[in-house]
Amino acid sequence: MILSFLIFWPLFVSIILLVVRFKNAKELALGASIIELAASLFIVSQFTKTAEPQFVVNVPWITSLGINFNVGIDGISLLLVLLTTVLVPFIILSSFGSAEKRPSSFYGLILMMQMALVGVFTARDGFLFYLFWEMALIPIYFICLIWGGEGSGKITLKFFIYTLTGSLFMLVALVYLYLQTSGTHTFEIGALYEAGRLLSVSEQSIIFWAMFLAFAIKMPVFPFHTWQPDTYTVSPVQGTMLLSAIMLKMGIYGVIRWLIPVVPLGTQEWGNVAIILSVIGIIYASCIAIVQNDFKRLVAYSSIAHVGLISAGLLTLSKIGMQGAMIQMLSHGITVFAMFYIIEIIFQRTKTRSLAQLGGIRNVAPVLSSVFIVVMLGSVALPLTSGFVGEFLLINSLVQYQIVIGSVAGITIILGAVYMLRTFQKAMSGETNKVTSGFIDLTTQEKLVLFPMVVLIIAIGVYPTPLLDISEAAVNNILVIVSDFSASVK
Amino acid sequence: MLISLVPLLPLLGFLLISLNYKRLSHSVVSIIACGSVFISFLIAIELFAQLISLPEDQRSFNVMLAQWISTGNLSVNFSFLIDPLSSIMLLIITGVGFLIHVYSIGYMHDDAAFNKFFSYLNLFVFFMLLLVMGSNYVVMFVGWEGVGLCSYLLIGFWFKNTNYNNAANKAFIMNRIGDLGLLIGMILIFINCGSLDYEEVFAKVSSLDTNTITLITILLFVGAMGKSAQIPLYTWLPDAMAGPTPVSALIHAATMVTAGVYMVARNNLLYALSPASLNLILIIGLATALFAATIALTQNDIKKVLAYSTVSQLGLMFVALGLGAFSSGIFHMATHAFFKALLFLCAGSVIHALGGEQDVRKMGGLKKYIPITYITFFIGVLAISGIPPFAGFFSKDEILADAFAHNPLAYGVALLASLLTVFYMFRLLFLTFFGNERASHETTHHIHESPKSITIPLIVLAVLSAVGGFMNVPEALFGSGRLTEFLAPVFSQSKSLLEEHPLSHGTEYGLMATVIVLTVVVIGIAYSMYVKKNEVPVGDESSVGTLQGLSYHKYYVDEIYDAVIVKPLFWLSDKFDVVIERLGIDGLVNTTGNSVVEWSKVFRLLQNGSIGFYIFIMVIGIVLMLSLTFIH
Repeated sequence: MILSFLIFWPLFVSIILLVVRFKNAKELALGASIIELAASLFIVSQFTKTAEPQFVVNVPWITSLGINFNVGIDGISLLLVLLTTVLVPFIILSSFGSAEKRPSSFYGLILMMQMALVGVFTARDGFLFYLFWEMALIPIYFICLIWGGEGSGKITLKFFIYTLTGSLFMLVALVYLYLQTSGTHTFEIGALYEAGRLLSVSEQSIIFWAMFLAFAIKMPVFPFHTWQPDTYTVSPVQGTMLLSAIMLKMGIYGVIRWLIPVVPLGTQEWGNVAIILSVIGIIYASCIAIVQNDFKRLVAYSSIAHVGLISAGLLTLSKIGMQGAMIQMLSHGITVFAMFYIIEIIFQRTKTRSLAQLGGIRNVAPVLSSVFIVVMLGSVALPLTSGFVGEFLLINSLVQYQIVIGSVAGITIILGAVYMLRTFQKAMSGETNKVTSGFIDLTTQEKLVLFPMVVLIIAIGVYPTPLLDISEAAVNNILVIVSDFSASVK
Repeated sequence: MLISLVPLLPLLGFLLISLNYKRLSHSVVSIIACGSVFISFLIAIELFAQLISLPEDQRSFNVMLAQWISTGNLSVNFSFLIDPLSSIMLLIITGVGFLIHVYSIGYMHDDAAFNKFFSYLNLFVFFMLLLVMGSNYVVMFVGWEGVGLCSYLLIGFWFKNTNYNNAANKAFIMNRIGDLGLLIGMILIFINCGSLDYEEVFAKVSSLDTNTITLITILLFVGAMGKSAQIPLYTWLPDAMAGPTPVSALIHAATMVTAGVYMVARNNLLYALSPASLNLILIIGLATALFAATIALTQNDIKKVLAYSTVSQLGLMFVALGLGAFSSGIFHMATHAFFKALLFLCAGSVIHALGGEQDVRKMGGLKKYIPITYITFFIGVLAISGIPPFAGFFSKDEILADAFAHNPLAYGVALLASLLTVFYMFRLLFLTFFGNERASHETTHHIHESPKSITIPLIVLAVLSAVGGFMNVPEALFGSGRLTEFLAPVFSQSKSLLEEHPLSHGTEYGLMATVIVLTVVVIGIAYSMYVKKNEVPVGDESSVGTLQGLSYHKYYVDEIYDAVIVKPLFWLSDKFDVVIERLGIDGLVNTTGNSVVEWSKVFRLLQNGSIGFYIFIMVIGIVLMLSLTFIH
């Protein structure tokens, strides 16, 4: 029941906001998202750390096609649901400083987005997963289109078509798997796992690529990433936050839940190619980030680099890699959200995101500067920040996989420092100039958003164990499925 | 519990100051910052006393504080190890650290960011203590990266200055290059030993094959090259002098830069199992010791001379480690911490007195104005030059004797580097305190001896530099090598693996006499050049082609790195962005999209509304289908 609430409550509020057009839409949306957060915390309190999906709701929906409304939560789902429910209230709160046009629709779309995200992370039916997956695209498309900056029309259309194309490949793969299910065809996740694993290596390979394409575009993994920097740059900041902090995790989650266990042989066959692409992306995107002048674009590229590491570590099919991916997804979500908010704060005050024009903000805004430093440290994975735990596990898994690949991926800790320190210096250090001399330090509302992120970055870095424990059993379960199957083939 | 307090007190100090930095007065901050380090120092003494009273094989405590990262077969705890090695490090860090904290009260007195400075300093001490106290590689790595962060923050402390910010970035990034080596090395240890705990790793490591150990130890040493400024990763350290002088003394002389020495000594068993790695360390150490010493000969910035001297002395410590003489390396690290911290703090006092001047060409004749600084600096110079019975004599002599026993070439290079050290240190002393007064009249007028909070730490460090060597007097001089004996349990396993080259007492006396005679000669040369003839270096104009010019321009290493690494990286990044990204990948994506549109325009023409055309197409279709069926 509680899980149905978690999915339908934001939808309910969203419909009200879209239809009725409240004046106090902000407050209503914030309240609704806090209730959602409370519900998810209740789930955490009731959660038992086993591999089994819990709070399952499974009711027949389109019986003739074997489609059920089937949702449930295991540790992997729970961490991502938590990421969503924790960040959405802060994303809403972060918009309080600026007046959006048509606020009721804006917040309605954000909540609709939340509903689709929770749906993606909990669906246990292939069709339902696909449905939520596509539903997530619609609100974000409108958010970017209507509230986006100059040139948003063309860029968001490209984003829309690009990701939709990827999803279509996934749909084909899902339908193909569905047709392979024994007896009465069904989209139930276990049945799809069974069906996928019985396929030959070549069939699994095709399905692997069809699905991986959809997920790779979403993350995005090199070379399927070119929609991302433009979209991040042109979107309103709340759109960028939703895209980078939460939505791209759909792709990573997809790999864990709907790719690796479905076609384990296909993954083993082609995983190395996907890992190499991801690692190329790390270096490539980091290098490009070094020479960016637009602050937002720079962080967009850094995000590609970080996601590349997650994707590579994940595909090593090792426990350390998967757990590293889980914790790094949370860390990345938090740091990238905070970073985009800092960029927005600077942009609102100075009307520019050009690093060449900024400088000296440290002199006039020491609090913002300290927050920036902590977020930056999280991003460059300094020990005792959340970033380190994830990167340490991920690089570890990659070195175990293949030492050269692991070492090349490890270069991220050098290049990450290069572009982040350069950015900090250009924006914050030096003397103030015309643009930054009147800069005002953080307001109370901004502190309310950023201080919790600072606390989370450090808390997860110092004590990640509770989070690792939540996903441990579920990750094990996925790996058991893979190794059992590999063993039975040999 | 007492053990955990050692690092936690400075952390508490950092939190107290940084969370209340606007509310607290300077004096309260001084008390918190110095007090926390001082109490840690007292605890460190207590721990040392406990250790020394125990029999050799029981000198180690393990304390587990909390579980940190645990998943799969990886399990990392926040846990501490107190053994003779970490205990010596604790004493140096908290003891010298405390003195430098006190010194900073006077030195940073007028700085608006006084509170921030002390919060960073406390944070540094916390991380440094984690580094040496961690009982596994990951906790050491936390400290390792943490001190790098503090170094970054403190080098760029005066952040309005772009050069200082560049120096800070350079330090952090160069260290990160080393850190990657260390990280990969650690992971390989984990893969091969299934653990990251020192104790478990050392128990299993002998069963690994030599190639693996060599790879691991070289990777670890790459980390040491970054942190301890060895060739080729040393160029950040001279630039790091941009930080306030107490920072140079604490972080860039006495403690952080010796982390690499500590780390190699900690892993002595691994290194003893890999002769190739030991040789690499020896060669890099010798090269760095000599190379940096030749640069120090011609520098005119008082802090730069000391910085290159630090690089050179660190090289000497690695020479000791490379020879397998681990305790000699640690001994020299300890004495170096005393005299180099002293020299830096004296330099700070000189700079303070001259209102910020760092160029020795604008000093001279200062001994009568600032006598305490002069005398203490003199003691520091005697100590680093190895004049008996000052501290440096014993520690340097030990390394030279080890080198002589091992390999005459190594001895020659180490001896040469030591003699160069004598020369540039006396050059610095003479140029600063002797000869003509070259400062402007205006400046001379304002010269004054520094306040007590500055001079007292100088005096204490001077005493330590004078007598510090007696902690390890060799048998040849009727001592008992107390430090060596204390450290013995840490190095016992590796000692049994390495072959010994004992020297007769006669040879040792001969070596000592040689060094002393040559040292006196070198001092004489320096004296005649800079005091009798009153030579003042020209520097800037010195011609490019000569050796002197080469040394003055630091062999153009920065320029070479810029041309070979930095510029190509930016060029490549730019090409990635402009060519591959926009024209290549995104171009392809857009072309695909556009071609769909173009083809649609063509296909759209088929929908022309003419019924006749549709029927015509339909008929053709039917014919085709039928003929296909027939073929089958």
